[in-house]
Amino acid sequence: MKLKKLSAPALLLLPAFVVLAAVIVLPLMFSFYSSFTPFRLTRPETLWVFVGLRNYMTVLGNAEFWIAFGRTVLLLTVALNAEMLLGLGLALLVNKATHGQRLLRTMMMFPMMFSPVLVGFQFKFLFNDNIGFVNNALQSLGLTDQAIPWLIDGNLALLSIIIAEVWSSTAVFAILILAGLLAMPKDPVEAAHVDGCTPWQTFRYVTWPYLMPFAFIAMTIRSLDVARAYDIVKIMTDGGPAKRTELLWTLVGRTAYADARMGLANAMAYVAILLSIVFTVYFFRKLAAARQQIGAEW
Amino acid sequence: MAPVTLRKLVKRYGALEVVHGIDLEVKDREFIALVGPSGCGKSTTLRMIAGLEDVSDGAIEIGGRKVNDLPPRARNISMVFQSYALYPHMTVAENMGFSLKIAGRKPDEIKVRVDEAAAILDLSHLLERRPSQLSGGQRQRVAMGRAIVRQPDVFLFDEPLSNLDAKLRTQVRTEIKKLHARMQATMIYVTHDQVEAMTLSDRIVIMRDGYIEQVGTPEEVFQRPATKFVAGFIGSPPMNMDEAIVDNGTLVFVSGMRLPIPPRFTNALRPGQKVTFGLRPDDIYPSGHGLHAGDPAAVHEVELPVSITEPLGNETLVFIQFNGRDWVSRMLNPRPLTSGEKVRMSFDLSRAHLFDIDTGKALEG
Ligand SMILES: Nc1ncnc2c1ncn2[C@@H]1O[C@H](COP(=O)(O)OP(=O)(O)OP(=O)(O)O)[C@@H](O)[C@H]1O
Ligand SMILES: [Mg+2]
Repeated sequence: MKLKKLSAPALLLLPAFVVLAAVIVLPLMFSFYSSFTPFRLTRPETLWVFVGLRNYMTVLGNAEFWIAFGRTVLLLTVALNAEMLLGLGLALLVNKATHGQRLLRTMMMFPMMFSPVLVGFQFKFLFNDNIGFVNNALQSLGLTDQAIPWLIDGNLALLSIIIAEVWSSTAVFAILILAGLLAMPKDPVEAAHVDGCTPWQTFRYVTWPYLMPFAFIAMTIRSLDVARAYDIVKIMTDGGPAKRTELLWTLVGRTAYADARMGLANAMAYVAILLSIVFTVYFFRKLAAARQQIGAEW
Repeated sequence: MAPVTLRKLVKRYGALEVVHGIDLEVKDREFIALVGPSGCGKSTTLRMIAGLEDVSDGAIEIGGRKVNDLPPRARNISMVFQSYALYPHMTVAENMGFSLKIAGRKPDEIKVRVDEAAAILDLSHLLERRPSQLSGGQRQRVAMGRAIVRQPDVFLFDEPLSNLDAKLRTQVRTEIKKLHARMQATMIYVTHDQVEAMTLSDRIVIMRDGYIEQVGTPEEVFQRPATKFVAGFIGSPPMNMDEAIVDNGTLVFVSGMRLPIPPRFTNALRPGQKVTFGLRPDDIYPSGHGLHAGDPAAVHEVELPVSITEPLGNETLVFIQFNGRDWVSRMLNPRPLTSGEKVRMSFDLSRAHLFDIDTGKALEG
């Protein structure tokens, strides 16, 4: 009668623990275990074959994986930087607005309200080489005379995906940086003017250091996001053409469901998670440093 | 050389006009205090001089050059803000050296000048700290240091001492005074503390509702206030004032009490004229306990009941019943008085002030 010995609080908490374990911990352990097996969805019995680190060795020796890995890092870098610059610009502009700022702020958040799948479909249509809006506009304006194969050329396809990503998520940066701008005290900026700064110097030496923590918060949030970028890519190119836009997560998805090699896919996923963690830790460090710099009390 | 001149300076926020065409000439190296009640436009005026607010009308000249359209950086001024406005991400040394760095000075030179200023303000041991690690008084001194390092033509201070406790305030006040002697720069100092204004400045500008009421040396504004408002604003405790009518060589107050017309004014008043009579607490005293000997011919004595007393040690403020109000008088070498006691009071009428009842302007005697 072990149960009798549990105290009332422990007893009351038990259901929560059981549910959490069943929903999160068990699947996690199961997926982790399966990354050490040659588990295939089509052959359930393979789940019980333990192969040690073989999957991980395969992953690490797999050129396709490393290319997807590199491409993901590239996408992450380009998209995050573009989003930060655009978000910063947007926030500065909205902050300058004297009328209708509230309306602008709301409008700025629109892209965040769309499901990424929808965004994927929209951009797939926009960039369609035959009937797409982009080509249509470019040709009507006489900027090009033939259709550009946006989603068919490998490099252009990646670019298109980045544009879609940037469109849907610049708002995250814009909103956080705008929050920083609104919270920022006016006096140091005025002091900088009096101290002889040009508007650019004021921004560079006073405003930006103050905004940096906010930008890093956005970076941290977005690095988690982009590292699992799946939906937009899946819809727009599905990793194509000829795997030229294959990212980590589309590769994992394909390996797991199309090739049915669940064990291998799980091993890839765990390596990929490492990437996420590294990025997040990096930005967290930067955030902490930047916060300390401005003597933030939050 | 940096005199500062304001010509018909106006500030409007939309339709609301808050500074109504003021004129002021600040001489080179002069220390000017801008005082006035809250909301009278002191900060607004200072910020226009700094270039942080647009000028709606009129002109500002610094060193003979019209600066209306120059940005703050082109005016060679320093400003000390009420809230310090330090750069939170820079150390004390970086805060103080920032303007020099922007001006493109060499690191060695910056260091020398920062060290020098830090020594003056007793900040040398704090140079590597950030503002968040400083006390209020220390932040205040850093703000001051940032202004000095720059060696500007004009210093602007906006209530720099208002966040300090009484002791520190006195201390920093002395520092500012020394600083002015040392820096040889024009200083414009906003405060609503009249002690600061009186002790620091060469001349005081008293503002009210966006107008200048009077400009004068501390002695002038204290001894010859130009308006009733200035009379009530400068001096602590404030001047006793009440309305009276000229009648038959005396001033008659509402309650029927009478005082002789002060000798200075005997020829300046006509019968039936309504005036505001004012006398400072220093010039009313229990007979024999006065500040000045007083011209015997001008001292009027009257018995009045005491309402309360406020002993201050070396002197006592005695509130006496006059014309249905409590008038304050200052008693030197105090002796104990009880409420209700009738005391012989001396009114030194040679120091009385009379103001026109409608315009509030001081009458000449
Ligand atoms: N941005 C603004 N918009 C509208 N009115 C303003 C603005 N800034 C100041 N005012 C008004 O201008 C007047 C003068 O303000 P100012 O800050 O110069 O007062 P002050 O003399 O410095 O007062 P205090 O001693 O309280 O600092 C006030 O009535 C204030 O309400
Ligand atoms: Mg003010």
